[in-house]
Amino acid sequence: MATFVSDINVESTLTRAEIATGLKQIVDARYVLTAQEELAPYECDGLSAYQELPLAVVLPGTVDEVCTIMRFCSDHSIPVVARGAGTGLSGGALPYKNGILLGMSRFNRIVSIDADNRTAIVQPGVRNLAISEAVQHLGMYYAPDPSSQIACSIGGNVAENAGGVHCLKYGLTVHNLIKLKVVTVQGELFEVGSDALDTPGYDLLALMTGSEGLLGIVVEVTVRLLPKPTSARAVLASFDDVQTAGNAVASIISNGILPAGLEMMDNPAIRATEDFVHAGYPLDAAAILICELDGIDEEVEDQIEQVRHVLTDAGAVDIRVSCDEAERVRFWSGRKNAFPAVGRISPDYYCIDGTIPRRQLAGILENISRLSGEYGLAVANVFHAGDGNLHPLILYDANKPGEFERTEALGGAILEACVEAGGTITGEHGVGVEKINQMCVQFNDKELEQFHRIKHAFDPHLLLNPGKAIPTLARCAEFNAMHVHGGTLPHPDIERF
Amino acid sequence: MHIEDIAGQVITAFKNKTPLCIRGGGSKDFLGRTPMGQTLLTTEYHGIVDYDPAELVLTARCGTPVEEVESLLREHGQMLPFEPPLFEHGMSNDRGSHSRDADSESEKTPSGSSTVGGMVAAGLSGPRRPWSGSVRDYILGTVCVNGCGEVLKFGGQVMKNVAGYDVSRLMTGSLGTLGVVVEASFKVLPAPIKVATRMLEMDEDSAHQFLKRMLATPTPIDATCYYDGQLYIRLSGSESGVGAGEAAVGGEQFDAGDELWRSLRNQNHEFFTQNDTADDDIDLWRLSLPPATPVLPVEPPTLVEWGGAVRWLRVRFQEFDHDEIESLCKKHGGHAIRFRSIDREAEMNPPADSVSRRLFENLKASFDPAGILNPGRLYRDL
Repeated sequence: MATFVSDINVESTLTRAEIATGLKQIVDARYVLTAQEELAPYECDGLSAYQELPLAVVLPGTVDEVCTIMRFCSDHSIPVVARGAGTGLSGGALPYKNGILLGMSRFNRIVSIDADNRTAIVQPGVRNLAISEAVQHLGMYYAPDPSSQIACSIGGNVAENAGGVHCLKYGLTVHNLIKLKVVTVQGELFEVGSDALDTPGYDLLALMTGSEGLLGIVVEVTVRLLPKPTSARAVLASFDDVQTAGNAVASIISNGILPAGLEMMDNPAIRATEDFVHAGYPLDAAAILICELDGIDEEVEDQIEQVRHVLTDAGAVDIRVSCDEAERVRFWSGRKNAFPAVGRISPDYYCIDGTIPRRQLAGILENISRLSGEYGLAVANVFHAGDGNLHPLILYDANKPGEFERTEALGGAILEACVEAGGTITGEHGVGVEKINQMCVQFNDKELEQFHRIKHAFDPHLLLNPGKAIPTLARCAEFNAMHVHGGTLPHPDIERF
Repeated sequence: MHIEDIAGQVITAFKNKTPLCIRGGGSKDFLGRTPMGQTLLTTEYHGIVDYDPAELVLTARCGTPVEEVESLLREHGQMLPFEPPLFEHGMSNDRGSHSRDADSESEKTPSGSSTVGGMVAAGLSGPRRPWSGSVRDYILGTVCVNGCGEVLKFGGQVMKNVAGYDVSRLMTGSLGTLGVVVEASFKVLPAPIKVATRMLEMDEDSAHQFLKRMLATPTPIDATCYYDGQLYIRLSGSESGVGAGEAAVGGEQFDAGDELWRSLRNQNHEFFTQNDTADDDIDLWRLSLPPATPVLPVEPPTLVEWGGAVRWLRVRFQEFDHDEIESLCKKHGGHAIRFRSIDREAEMNPPADSVSRRLFENLKASFDPAGILNPGRLYRDL
């Protein structure tokens, strides 16, 4: 377990008891949690290595209550961390020890569905998949599909600008929202975006999306719905080496095909998943590609043939096309279960989220394999190959002293290699507490200062999720001082902060 | 020209508190409130910096003509999916296009090519937008100069990037009031193999009903227009996909489709250029609405795009009650914009609510503390 030390120290003048009393005047007493055993379920999000208990957890049920809570917190300088389903992987919902945790789980209603305008208004605690389920009868769906979609909530998706396996064609969360209702840190309710396709003034909708709970509290989300494609088919291709598979991805794209999903797995990931779900993956392949095409039947037929040719020319040793829905689902089952599958072969695993220009794929894989040797930790690779988003899974054992710290250092080194390759430290999981140091590698002081000024424009007293997502210049000075360029640290086994 | 030259001009202006009017090719001089200040010309900083068709990413400097970008993409069977308007030819209405400052180069320079910088600053998209997404949906990263003359890089050249606030999208459509975009990277897409246009004769209400039905299906529609009793629908995709789409849409084949969509994109379609007897008196309003909004009780001529989500209105300035149209749009969940107007002092946009307005002001101050970048262009006093 690790502790995150926020650079920003905000502390209320009120005691925990006074804060609890204040909150109980706003919401029913049973929705204010202060006992240790009640707080424990909220001590971490999906990044369970970091844990912290808040002063209190409050679970509002109405927008008015959220506004009043925020006014109360603003008046008394109480830091606030908002939380949806808590499935985030970067510690965005990790509680702040001097603050309260604002749980949005009671906002779980689909408010309305507008079939004519192809939109749905949902509360932030609604699960991602529940939206698609609710509009299925209209032949529509909500496109972004992060792998946690069965559990993650749309409010958290907005906060993190969540992606998924269909981003190349259908975009991220930011491309599939049209309006948000937001409560400011001062407790005012306002709207960003609109029911039309654009909104006058600055694009606050884009700015709020992916802002990791630092700018406001999302209390209602209007999402865009898409007509469900009548046909979806997947192609499973095997390769003898990873470079050839990487080139095949480039060939598909350069041939004018825009797949709905384009995923790659390397041999360690193939072995782990095949053993777990028996998807029929070839165990001897160095890499496999799963390429999904969707649309109307005629279009998909055309493209499947095209993809088959492109993959053959690109050197695939085996190509299988799903002949029915069951087989398509089977092709995907390995990829979708890659994380738990790796969880079976290793006591713990740590998921990285770098993105690179696709042409750097072979180089970065070589780098990862070298770093894996250097740090003495195995890595299995799964990628959203279509958009260059890598998810190396580092296998480790948290019970071995020093191994988690070494894992974090390896993860950091991989992210820095991604930046060096022209990419980014996070494609879809967010910075949170996890990648706060690597932000110092990706951005310079002037850029970070501009980010801090944006934060001030919304939250002048730094009460919302303090210390996360954007590092202070002091942190970066310290980080850069101990950091040797070239992607490795002088002493990878020392604890960093 | 180097980035430092642009940054240097901004630093000087910042020190002297001189307002700057950022200008590329000048094709969108008509947009927003009256441009004012010393001209900061971006056209000299041009060129495509990086393009690899297999990456679906293109990076260009601000002064690069959009046409240059599109022609390179075309060579590789790709496109800017959002079809940014170029506004270059046949504009009959270029009133009020001049900066009112004494040292105004724009008075000497005629309107030229749309540039990448202007495309980002204006944030305008063409006929495909409801299906493909807009400029802001395709922007991946920017290098910009803020109002203090600092050169800042946000986002990058990769498709997925959630590190830091999304400043590149914030810049898009801000009409240059937050920073000078000096370089921008975009996601691009393969161009469709086959494109076809169908024409269906019907009244406006039937057209809305028809579109409501069609757009709920995955038919590969990627542009629509209703004008003068005809509904035009563009289909794009693979050979047989478009064939199936044509059968589903019905109507008759319309051969001048390419020309039609280009003229809508660039606003040199007859609706936008028709000569009235009192031409000087005509304002163009852009109504942005939820697509299924019924036929609005407004005087023709109107032109409907974007599956019903954008409706253009030509009105006589003197006789037009803009409060009425604004409240009508608001009632339907949309808004009305004074897109081209005789009155360049009036607000282009309806007023923002008080919280948004405060955030706009705070954001403006956070990027441009001296208030020198395109002051007053997007909103009066911003």
